[in-house]
Amino acid sequence: MTQQAHSADAHHAEAAPVHTGHPTPGTYFKVAMALTAITALEVVVYFFEWLSYGIIPILVILSLVKFALVAMFYMHLRYDHKLFSTMFVAGLVLALLVAFALLALFKWFI
Amino acid sequence: MAQVTAASHGEHEATTTGLNHRKMLMWAFLGSDCMFFGSLIATYLVYKGKSKAGPFPEDVFSIPVTSVSTFVLLMSSMSMVLAYAALTRGNMKAFRIWLASTVIMGATFLAFQTFEFYEFANHEVVVECNDPDAADWTDLQAKVGSACGSFVAGEETEVTIGEYTVKVFEEDGHAVAETTAGLTPRTNLFGTTFFTLTGFHGAHVTLGVIWLLSLFFFSFRKGGVTPKRNLDVDLAALYWHFVDVVWIVIFTVVYLFGVFQGF
Repeated sequence: MTQQAHSADAHHAEAAPVHTGHPTPGTYFKVAMALTAITALEVVVYFFEWLSYGIIPILVILSLVKFALVAMFYMHLRYDHKLFSTMFVAGLVLALLVAFALLALFKWFI
Repeated sequence: MAQVTAASHGEHEATTTGLNHRKMLMWAFLGSDCMFFGSLIATYLVYKGKSKAGPFPEDVFSIPVTSVSTFVLLMSSMSMVLAYAALTRGNMKAFRIWLASTVIMGATFLAFQTFEFYEFANHEVVVECNDPDAADWTDLQAKVGSACGSFVAGEETEVTIGEYTVKVFEEDGHAVAETTAGLTPRTNLFGTTFFTLTGFHGAHVTLGVIWLLSLFFFSFRKGGVTPKRNLDVDLAALYWHFVDVVWIVIFTVVYLFGVFQGF
């Protein structure tokens, strides 16, 4: 039993992912600059009245990019174990489903 | 260094998954908090445009002011991640400086929010009766402007328009109509859903500021916060970045879409 446990531990240690690409402070700074630029772009786009309904997909895409940048680099999901990403994304997908169900229930799309 | 990095990610633990249970719990909590905010945002959208009386989003929102507070919160995320990086490198001085910066920026964001809530609650609508851009007035401005017909030169008159008491008077040779149209959670559906959503986000930020502040003071105690025991900071950082990503969504959906008539 003990031998088996030791063997399993050794196997686990070999199989465990090794972190090689840990982000540097320089990367964090670049991400911050990208977030600032995207926020500025969002505000500029907001003042373009001629875009009309075209503003919706543009702002959605820009905020999705910001969301992904923070989650991947600042929350380290890009470098962490996949199970952490799975848990967060599962909650996120459920949240979207709940939100869309609520909106559909109140005939928001019609 | 490699050990510190591995431990910081909550991996290689003596658990079934090989992952740290505390970190797993934090991710499970953040996933569930997504559902919490998802429901609040959906509720805001369901009731958007359903308010019978103003003020409406286009009357009270100030996009430039909110953009600045958004920028502050985004920068606080950067300082938080730099604090964590400094800790894993064993640079306690840099860790404390970046952590204190994060706390200050978090408190600044809260100050912006408090200012915004105060401004909304005491929102004043002032229109010039002979405004050449009257065609661009919001519904509330037009309602207040409808009192201009009661203007008497050199006198101040009070007119009741719906739920508002509008003062009409002369200022610098121009007729002006003015009223206070405060937005509170009781005012209309917009007020209720807006304050509930942003209020809960503000409560999350407040909790984060207290958490980070306690870590800052705890770092001065021997063995309180060390490079080897950096998971405490990692968990607080995850929470802090989460309130940041939630605000990214709120800023777009509530503020930028809020003033867009077609949405």
